[in-house]
Amino acid sequence: MTAVTTPTKKPVTPARPGQSSPKLAYLPIIFLAFAIGVPLLIIVVYSFLETPSQGTGVKWVFTTDNYRALFIQEKLDGTTAFDTRYIKVLWTSFYYSLITTVVTLVFSVPVAMWIATREARKRTLLVALVTLPFWISILIRTYGIRQIIADEGPIGKFLGLFDISWSILYAPPATILGLIYVFLPFMVLPIYASAERFDFRLAEAAYDLGAKRMTVVRRIILPSIRPGIISGVALVFIPALGSFLQSDMLGGGKTNMVANVIANNFGQARNWPFGSALAVLLIILTLLFVLVIQGVAQRRGDKVELV
Amino acid sequence: MSTTKTPSTKRGKLVNLRNFPGFTSTSWFVMFFLYIPLVYVVIYSFNSSRIGSIWKGFSVKWYGKVLHNTDIQRALKNSLEVGISATILSTLLAVMAALGLLRMQRAGKAVAMALIGAPLIIAEVVLAVGTLGLFIAVGVPLGKVGLIVAHTAFCVPFALLPIRARLSQLDMAPFEAASDLGANERQILRRITLPLLSPAIIAGALLAFAISIDDFITSFFVAGPGSTTLPVYIFGMIRSTVTPEVNAISTLLLLFSSIVLIGSYLIQRKRR
Repeated sequence: MTAVTTPTKKPVTPARPGQSSPKLAYLPIIFLAFAIGVPLLIIVVYSFLETPSQGTGVKWVFTTDNYRALFIQEKLDGTTAFDTRYIKVLWTSFYYSLITTVVTLVFSVPVAMWIATREARKRTLLVALVTLPFWISILIRTYGIRQIIADEGPIGKFLGLFDISWSILYAPPATILGLIYVFLPFMVLPIYASAERFDFRLAEAAYDLGAKRMTVVRRIILPSIRPGIISGVALVFIPALGSFLQSDMLGGGKTNMVANVIANNFGQARNWPFGSALAVLLIILTLLFVLVIQGVAQRRGDKVELV
Repeated sequence: MSTTKTPSTKRGKLVNLRNFPGFTSTSWFVMFFLYIPLVYVVIYSFNSSRIGSIWKGFSVKWYGKVLHNTDIQRALKNSLEVGISATILSTLLAVMAALGLLRMQRAGKAVAMALIGAPLIIAEVVLAVGTLGLFIAVGVPLGKVGLIVAHTAFCVPFALLPIRARLSQLDMAPFEAASDLGANERQILRRITLPLLSPAIIAGALLAFAISIDDFITSFFVAGPGSTTLPVYIFGMIRSTVTPEVNAISTLLLLFSSIVLIGSYLIQRKRR
């Protein structure tokens, strides 16, 4: 913190009073390079290494077989065949995340708008109610929804009165419902943040000037809350794509998502290089999605910060 | 936003653009949906029956079991040790990063933001297995130290969020005044910057603590047998047997989360 009042020779942003030296950020950067950068690098390196014939870990021999194994299966008789298992896993993850995003969006816009139009006191309480689940362990929330949708849970019991059988646990709908349940607040809050800033007199002005109700929604209200919608889509889709607990606890292992397969390869299956290749693929898909979202936001001129 | 309700009255009928048909009922449905599972868990934690889904009368015996379960006590202790350490370290790193990044050049800033933001974008399972690989490669034993390192890393972006937001809103006048009156950089940091940032630092620390305490996946891979955290232990409980004990411990954690949230809300309101 010495280079404060002396004019610097290097083209560094000039210090203003109270602005610390950039050197202060070196320690956090070095730490994160070690604890975040290196693990990601290790995953990329491992994905090009061989699996040892026994035990866990990697054998330091370069290979691209792990990526090949994502699409092609080596049969015992030496022939090869196109393998759709892992493409299916990736597709499942993408598809579940998409449904989750769409459903949470459809419900969140009315909720966010409704909260934003309540009086101030009520609004604070309602926002707190939507925020509380943020602070509650996702594990416990997933467990909670499992208790509700279990065969012998309240829904099952109620339908049992009419002799209707209810059994969705340990199947794809349960996983998707769990994802929707867990990630819903992640969609409501950013949309609410945008809706709260919206001046409803604008909508009234448009209406008074002769716009139809739906025109007001389409031309005035939706563009105003679009930054919130874009943030919400990112905040739901990204974690849903890499989610582990919902498919594990609700899908019963029948509906594996990509995170479950990666975890399994680093656990029981003991195939770190293959798990790494799948992880690299997941990273690429996630980054592609981030680029798309940022592209959409930029084209619309919305300022959306994901980081 | 204006709070006066002035429904448009053109075209003969009264139209209130603040109320769309179905929004109220949708909102109530969503609130119901969000809370029913939690309420159900809380109610059934007082169920005396051994079988979770059949109500046999009120009892607090599962709470007694939870409180006397030494495995749970140990897991809770691990969670708190890791959570508190990771909170302190990540908040410290976040303050340093927030202040240092202000004057960093574009390239350096981009690298720093990519590293800080990675845990928000990259699936946790990927970082978790990568961290496992790192610890095995450099010989960090799987246990509390490794857990603290891993938790600190993914807590930094959460701790940073409110600090950066607050920093960008700060009025520069007090800094210039202090500087004109002869305060040196260190005095400005201690007497002006940190006090002005303190509500954001507290908010960041609370967020980091909540994220660390809730973490399951990273802890699952990195904890090792001796340092199981509470979420990892509960996950095991849910997998093996569904005893009403899980309901009781979940209720206790719900209570804890609510207290932390209400506490942070009160702190922020007091400061305003």
